[in-house]
Amino acid sequence: MALLELIDLSKNYKEIEVLKNISLEINNGEFLTLLGPSGCGKTTILRLIGGFEEPSSGKILLDGQSIDQLPSHKRATNTVFQSYALFPHMSVFDNIAFGLKMSKTPQDEITRRVNEILETVQLSEHAHKKPSQLSGGQQQRVAIARAVVNKPLILLLDESLSALDYKLRKEMQIELKMLQRKLGITFLFVTHDQEEALSMSDRIVVMNKGVIEQIGTPKEIYEEPKTIFVAKFIGEVNTFECTLISQNDQEAIVQYEDKSFMLKTAKTISHDVNILIRPEDLRVERKFEDVRSPNYFQTTLEQISYKGTTIDLVLKLKNGNIILASEFYNEDSDALGYTIGETLYVYWVDGWEVILDAE
Amino acid sequence: MLNNSLSRFAIVSIGIIFVWIVLFAFLPQLLVFIASFLTKGSQQMIEFEGNLENYTRLADPIYLKIFWDSFVLALITALLCLVIAYPFAAILARTSVQWRPILLILIIIPFWTSSLVRTYALIAIIKTKGLLNALLLWLGIISAPLELMYTETAVFIGMVYTLLPFMILPLFASIEKIDPRLLEAAGDLGAGFWNKLVKITIPLTMPGIIAGFMLVFLPALGMFYIPDLLGGAKNLIIGSFIRNQFLTFRDWPFGSAASMLLTFLMLALVAVYYRSQKVVESKDSA
Ligand SMILES: Nc1ncnc2c1ncn2[C@@H]1O[C@H](COP(=O)(O)OP(=O)(O)O)[C@@H](O)[C@H]1O
Ligand SMILES: [Mg+2]
Repeated sequence: MALLELIDLSKNYKEIEVLKNISLEINNGEFLTLLGPSGCGKTTILRLIGGFEEPSSGKILLDGQSIDQLPSHKRATNTVFQSYALFPHMSVFDNIAFGLKMSKTPQDEITRRVNEILETVQLSEHAHKKPSQLSGGQQQRVAIARAVVNKPLILLLDESLSALDYKLRKEMQIELKMLQRKLGITFLFVTHDQEEALSMSDRIVVMNKGVIEQIGTPKEIYEEPKTIFVAKFIGEVNTFECTLISQNDQEAIVQYEDKSFMLKTAKTISHDVNILIRPEDLRVERKFEDVRSPNYFQTTLEQISYKGTTIDLVLKLKNGNIILASEFYNEDSDALGYTIGETLYVYWVDGWEVILDAE
Repeated sequence: MLNNSLSRFAIVSIGIIFVWIVLFAFLPQLLVFIASFLTKGSQQMIEFEGNLENYTRLADPIYLKIFWDSFVLALITALLCLVIAYPFAAILARTSVQWRPILLILIIIPFWTSSLVRTYALIAIIKTKGLLNALLLWLGIISAPLELMYTETAVFIGMVYTLLPFMILPLFASIEKIDPRLLEAAGDLGAGFWNKLVKITIPLTMPGIIAGFMLVFLPALGMFYIPDLLGGAKNLIIGSFIRNQFLTFRDWPFGSAASMLLTFLMLALVAVYYRSQKVVESKDSA
């Protein structure tokens, strides 16, 4: 049974519908991420679960029990706020001990548990400082420690790493993931950073404008996006708007401008269809003889940029559209030798495309 | 150019205020200070014969009791104001931004009338045949009129009524500054209404509490017409005592000594206040 269940949850502020019929199950011990652009309703979902807002309709079940009627201080959830919201007048120790004091935990147990978590987040020597004396990353860790020390059934983290600089963010991603494994607490994590979501989550919920676009593992979300929005939000993607010419139970033939492509698919395709291909799934060749698929383009190289592990190519189709291809860089790769304006042939391996009916 | 005229304006206005303070506050205070060391004359008001007798006379238990009573009166007034003003200020801080100015103006409007006039108005309300009794009798809440006038209750009603805004405004200013997310975080960690109030709101509004306390306590210490008018001058307090020395007994040096003692007391309290504000601030930034 799911640990947390959101059933048909909606939220309006006055006339504005911020969340529309959100249904979601979170399993015990899972690291689930809500991913979506700013303003899509991620924080609102956390606030509904935490008890800071009331749903306009729908239900929230925690461990099988409805928690809709419970005020926030009676819910077995804890939140790591986007702004940290550390108590400025209390020491780091007292901040972390706050929740345990509220639950009337014996003093010696408070001391033991706070010290233990201080050790885990490597802040023991800062225990007696005020939050304002700490760096952003340290405050972040206090906020996390203050929440997890209470051993909530589920920890809600709102853009917890977004305020940190790149390097620290990477480190904290790893630390947070390790902390979650160690504590075994269910994490509901919110971010607008797709890379962060992909690297940390067991499952990702992609949201847009108050609705769920797709729920799946990082691999599913990346490789089998269900909507164009998901495909475009998670990384780069080339989109080709095609029309169906013919289809049988093994393959379909679609037309893109003056070219036709043969797709190996058993899926029934509607008349207007989008073919999506990730830049790294495109193969680039100088010579036409090397092209290994009937589905290819002849292009002109517009731009080339070296990214360390990959080389990104900006290519122009005959119709003027731009596509992106990225090649893994290795010593004997041709890619660095390409010259701007050169003619290159681009194709993709059969079956690596994503076929989506046009909306 | 603009800067120049601005700074000239600043110099002129600060200069005027400075001259004003020297003429009407510092010089009179200096005269009182000097007078407190002189002797009451039989022919003139004051004879120029220096001594400390006025101060030693104040050490008499009768006079110390006057100081003590006044101190207690001011303290209770300040505490009453605090208890009444805190929820008021908290509600004000939660009121939507459109309504707030209206409520703030309602608090400030009474300042436009002399507080002496307002005290007489208060008498009209609370006297035996006043508006309050008429209303309560009409509503059937009481069967005989309340005898409020010339009681301690009346004095406190008057003091609190007059000084309450001085408590509400600084409290409002400090409650409004609290980040609502801190209260959400406290709730999230299991704090209910009282714990949020005691552990978060009150500590974070300490500067406002202390400021409001001083703004009520200090004027309450010197206030004489409210206890006189509403309390019937049954208990002598410093304010009326000083006035009596000047106007009734014509003992200006003794009145001056009492006045100076009150001034020093207040200065000491203000000094304590500044210390405490510094401690609160350094705690915040420490
Ligand atoms: N208290 C509120 N009143 C009115 N609109 C709000 C309120 N809180 C959030 N919203 C709106 O709801 C939408 C979703 O907000 P939020 O959940 O904070 O998005 P996210 O966290 O995904 O960036 C936004 O358009 C925001 O403007
Ligand atoms: Mg947000």
